[in-house]
Amino acid sequence: MRSSEIIKPVKKVRGGVKVSHSKNTKDMPVKRLPAPETVTLPMSQHIGAPCVPTVKVGDTVKVGQPIGDSDKYVSAPIHASVSGKVTAIKEIRTAAGNVSQAVIIENDGEMTEFEGIEAPKVETREELIKAVRQSGLVGLGGAGFPTHVKLNFNPDSGVDTLIINAAECEPYITVDYRECIENSENIFDGVHWIKEMLGFKRCVLAVEDNKPEAIKLFEHIASTNDEKDEIKVMPLKSKYPQGAEKMMVLSATGRKVPPGKLPADVGCVVMNVASAAFIARYLKTGKPLVSRSMTVDGKAVMNPQNVRVPVGTEIEYIIQACGGYKEDPVKIITGGPMMGASIVDTRHPILKNNNAILVLGKKDISIKKETDCIRCGRCAAVCPMSLVPTLIERHARAKDITHLKLAGATVCMECGSCAYSCPAGRPLVQYMRNAKAVLREAQK
Amino acid sequence: MNTDNKLLTVSASPHRRTEDTTGGIMIDVVIALLPALVLSVVLFGFRSLLVVAVSVAACVILEYLSRKIMKRNNTLGDFSAVITGMLLAFNLPPSMPLWMVVIGDAVAIVVVKQFFGGIGQNFVNPALVGRIVLMTSFPTYTNNFTEPFAWRNPEVDAVTSATPLAQFAGNYSRQGVITAMNSSQMPTLSEMFFGIYGGCLGETCAAALILGGVYLCIRKVISPRIPLYYIGTVALIMLIAGRGNIQFVLYQLLSGGLMLGAIFMATDYTTSPIKTKGKIIFAVGCGVITSLIRIYGSLPEGVSFSIILMNILVPHIETLTTPKPFGALREKKQKGEAVK
Repeated sequence: MRSSEIIKPVKKVRGGVKVSHSKNTKDMPVKRLPAPETVTLPMSQHIGAPCVPTVKVGDTVKVGQPIGDSDKYVSAPIHASVSGKVTAIKEIRTAAGNVSQAVIIENDGEMTEFEGIEAPKVETREELIKAVRQSGLVGLGGAGFPTHVKLNFNPDSGVDTLIINAAECEPYITVDYRECIENSENIFDGVHWIKEMLGFKRCVLAVEDNKPEAIKLFEHIASTNDEKDEIKVMPLKSKYPQGAEKMMVLSATGRKVPPGKLPADVGCVVMNVASAAFIARYLKTGKPLVSRSMTVDGKAVMNPQNVRVPVGTEIEYIIQACGGYKEDPVKIITGGPMMGASIVDTRHPILKNNNAILVLGKKDISIKKETDCIRCGRCAAVCPMSLVPTLIERHARAKDITHLKLAGATVCMECGSCAYSCPAGRPLVQYMRNAKAVLREAQK
Repeated sequence: MNTDNKLLTVSASPHRRTEDTTGGIMIDVVIALLPALVLSVVLFGFRSLLVVAVSVAACVILEYLSRKIMKRNNTLGDFSAVITGMLLAFNLPPSMPLWMVVIGDAVAIVVVKQFFGGIGQNFVNPALVGRIVLMTSFPTYTNNFTEPFAWRNPEVDAVTSATPLAQFAGNYSRQGVITAMNSSQMPTLSEMFFGIYGGCLGETCAAALILGGVYLCIRKVISPRIPLYYIGTVALIMLIAGRGNIQFVLYQLLSGGLMLGAIFMATDYTTSPIKTKGKIIFAVGCGVITSLIRIYGSLPEGVSFSIILMNILVPHIETLTTPKPFGALREKKQKGEAVK
């Protein structure tokens, strides 16, 4: 029998693909790696305005000390992730391909904590949002959207549902699952805090059903902790891209986020499970976001595992700390294999929103030769946004703006289900991006 | 291991791909066509295997040559030419002269497929156009049907032209239908189901074709929608035309190229709509046109023409049925409410 803490998804997600889970690291507790000798902290680690460095070359900084901030609203401050000396402030290219100013800190090995760290006083909605901004929190699930912006919805606009996303539908990645197992108390504390301060009527913890231990644990905590019975656990069918924000809203409430709108426009806030746990930790200790957990996996890395590293650590350092390379890597990806970005250089620093480093060998990936579209329609059948990718590709090639707009190219969230299922091996996500670029150009 | 001088592959996400390939899908279709081919050899002898072999070989060679001459990359690996060759041969009588078969192949592969850009680009089904060209150019040969099992005793003149549909043709009145069904030349329904009557070499055995169709559905190569709606529409119209005579409906469903057309030709990816709604409109359209040609047309059979006519309409069906993107409908409703 289902307990009262468990709820069923209101609506099913259409389309999607079944990808093999490859959750090889799911039973490996997150291990804290020793801090590297230097960290490189880009000033743009989030969606929104880049920060401006608030320290100078030669300054001594301590762990948790703000080193970059912006007066723009959509932005999040950056904090020093090790203690030591600022050796350089220069432009670097991040793994995402953008050029950003970065503060480079030489680690003194002491990890001295910044004196200014204290648990913030939070009694009102405004104080919570201010505290979340100061913590430097951005969406830890991958997108890197500043969390305080997400929480600062209009309180009269009828936002009623908080959805905590622990679906983790990307293959390989298990850090959110580890967070659920190792840090469940903080998750619930975070949820309670956010719920009370921001006045959510109900909270849904969404977990894919390939993580039965997490579901069980949540159900247990929800039934013992939650007197008012407002936190529900929602097991979801394991299907990619179940964990996408709009899919989460659909599953939990049956509401559809219209094109170009945010979940708040239909009364929902979706937050990654690690973000919720971080908020609780920050409110308890005042320690800002200076380190993060990530999954290191793939056939080409010696010891796949979950690690916690200071933000700004070089990817190469992390791979070496995991035993180095087992075989020549073919592709190295930050993030999951469905939406992650393949990188050119392992000397990029990891950012706040990186949740995995996948060092993929020959057997891990399929590089398919691109052949002509046979119009089999699989891309359309799997598209969770009801698009017809192959038609959008054609319209984009023809620069047919009218049809591109009608076909809804901008709605594409680049989940990659279409390209995954294409028997002709067409890089449809790339074509979708191309279509968006064509539309952007036309609007100029 | 030294990491400084190794090159990493960089490409757009996703980094995982399905193992299905175009070639794999086409091989599945070939496998699905095999039961009908085997039965055809049993019924009509090795002559039908020869026709199929020549047709497949001609399609493959013509595809290779035309790609080469047009300076395009070689696409033999997708096996689509094999299917075109098989389907065209399936639409011809076993006695078809081989040079005519090759002409049909040339029309299908060179004119219909490669002139329009190759796989995925042709707007009508190549095998069907090949068949229609042969049907209109050499009608005496395309209507020259061999009796089943005639290959066992070659002395007997084994030619018949009285296919079941030809016997219904031109007389769909109540009495005409009953007379035709009771005629001694009409095969029984079970003979019809197992293909034991004169006809095109791959069309007659409904059982083998349905088996192939089930295989394709299980392998998720096709969705059952197009065949079911197509055959269902024909059944419904024939039920009305035959004034509720179920036997007549079954004769109609099992005869001619309906099974082959509905299962293997109307489901061709390139020339049918992508989305479900479009597929249903397409299939119902095929069913209506097939029935109308059978009942009112001067030809006994209408499957080829009906599919080709609907092929031409596919772009328009697609424009009408392309779904709204996720959440878009809701936005419109909200706007409507705001106006009120």
